[in-house]
Amino acid sequence: MWRFVLSRLAMTVPTVIGITVLAFALARLLPGDPVEVMLGERMSDKAAHAKMVQQLGLDQPLPLQYLSYLGRLVRGELGASLVNRKSVVSEFAALFPATVELALCALLISALGGILIGTLAALRRGSWVDQGLMGLSLTGHSMPIYWSGLLAIMFFSVWMRDVIPMLALPVSGRLAVVYDIPARTGFMLIDTLLSDERGAFRSAVSHLILPGFVLGTYAMAIVARMTRSCLLETLSLEFVRAARARGLPVWRVVIKHALRNALIPVVTVIGLQTGGLLGGAVLTETIFSWPGIGRWLVDAIYQRDYTVLQGGILLTALMVIGVNLLVDVLYGAIDPRIRHPRV
Amino acid sequence: MRELWSSLVQRRAAAAGLFVCVALVLIAVLAPWVAPHDPVAQFRDALLAKPVWSGGTWRYPLGTDDLGRDLLSRLIWGARVSLAVGIASVVLALVPGILLGLVAAFFPGWIAIVIGRTVDLLVAIPGLLLAIAVVAILGPGLVNTVLAIALVMLPPFVRLVRASAQMEMSRDYVAAARQCGASKPRLMFDTVLRNCAAPVIVQGTLGFSSAVLEAAALGFLGLGAQPPTAEWGTMLASSRGFIETASWLVTLPGLAILVTVIAINLLGDGLRDALDPRLKNHG
Repeated sequence: MWRFVLSRLAMTVPTVIGITVLAFALARLLPGDPVEVMLGERMSDKAAHAKMVQQLGLDQPLPLQYLSYLGRLVRGELGASLVNRKSVVSEFAALFPATVELALCALLISALGGILIGTLAALRRGSWVDQGLMGLSLTGHSMPIYWSGLLAIMFFSVWMRDVIPMLALPVSGRLAVVYDIPARTGFMLIDTLLSDERGAFRSAVSHLILPGFVLGTYAMAIVARMTRSCLLETLSLEFVRAARARGLPVWRVVIKHALRNALIPVVTVIGLQTGGLLGGAVLTETIFSWPGIGRWLVDAIYQRDYTVLQGGILLTALMVIGVNLLVDVLYGAIDPRIRHPRV
Repeated sequence: MRELWSSLVQRRAAAAGLFVCVALVLIAVLAPWVAPHDPVAQFRDALLAKPVWSGGTWRYPLGTDDLGRDLLSRLIWGARVSLAVGIASVVLALVPGILLGLVAAFFPGWIAIVIGRTVDLLVAIPGLLLAIAVVAILGPGLVNTVLAIALVMLPPFVRLVRASAQMEMSRDYVAAARQCGASKPRLMFDTVLRNCAAPVIVQGTLGFSSAVLEAAALGFLGLGAQPPTAEWGTMLASSRGFIETASWLVTLPGLAILVTVIAINLLGDGLRDALDPRLKNHG
């Protein structure tokens, strides 16, 4: 097992190095003079400019610049925002839990909903239920989430407010403004539970529902399709027929025998959605004013805040690599055939 | 070819997808003649005019936006932008993708390793984030949108071509062609590539739909087409302020994107079932 983990770890090393080269290149390729951006337009006299270039090491040859960049990376120094001077690493650490909370919520919704939809469709194969559910999943698969987000706002906030005010859901931020919750873990659900403000937890949950659902639609469609085809395959196998022949009721056979065996590839597919979820979070966070990594990066683009962009993309890519590695290792732990491939 | 056609038409869903795609292409090509108005002309006397079904006039069938521009005309011209971006980025990803994939299959060793690693690297960054990074470097605009999306779509093409080429290379007919003295380029581009065409066509179609989605996403973030160009994502972004007052500005451009993407996906699924039965039920 350890050999397997180490070999997978070794395989990610070139990818990580490549990402750092890419992030380094990003800063060098960006249009405009970084020194001018840092000094501001008014402050740019020649002497100050030259001093800054020397300070930043921009007069050194590129390979040397890259090495010193790597050195700073290893020490965890990603620089400070050009706009508000906040350290990129600490900003990332502060905002990351918000994105993780949103992505986990989306993952949960998509996994539960997708497995349910896929199972129902497989059990009613060929019927109108199956066709309807698969049509729905094709729609979810093709849905631009920046549109479904706007539709959700329109329906649940604007329209619901007049019809059933009870069901109207909040559409911006993570918590109603009346609450003042100290950030202990950064995860709003946990922080509100720890605090003694009444109603804060409910408010946090209600803020999470719409963005979570919108972000989860794409993954849900994929999980539903995958569950359906894997379950159909499993249902046609010997052992399922044997279980049926023993007189077990259908639902028991499905849940206890077939579904459990069909879910292994489904779990992998769910794990592989992480990258897509982080990408989708950029859009979802923009629509729902969610204070996470995605919106931070988009704001950085608008403000031409290149250190934030460079550091943020690097850290996000590293997270995705880490999660993919984790999925790989977990998959190997579940299924020995992957750990010891026959050559 | 006739077989493919009849197999597509027989599947109702694929036929519907094909029909909508053809209709969209026609609308896009004929935009200057089909659209009732100039997409950027501002009718100052009809700001935020309602669509026909909620009390508007036939002069602006789908209503107008906050600058008094006819929504129907903008949607029609938007089809042109979306389809053009989709086609351009698929072609731009397909050509180097085929080339790199074939080279990686035919030249194992360090060339294949370098190509494989580069592809791994590109896959590690979430697609939209990579596209955003590219646009941040090159600057916003339609041409750079195409380049960014092509780069995001490149890895799957390389992997697909490489894998299917490797599979074909172990077949007898390739060995036979080699024995007959076929040169390497001939083996690559004629013998093998011809037989990898089916999965590449399918992947190309499905990539087309995600290109349309991503182009609109970049437009929505303000990084794609720049105003006043009529582009569906950009139109959606500018509609955000009118969710309460002018819902048609939100619903219609999104519907256009959704219908286009569904149609292309249906066509792609149909093509996959028709061309490559092995891939059925996967994904």
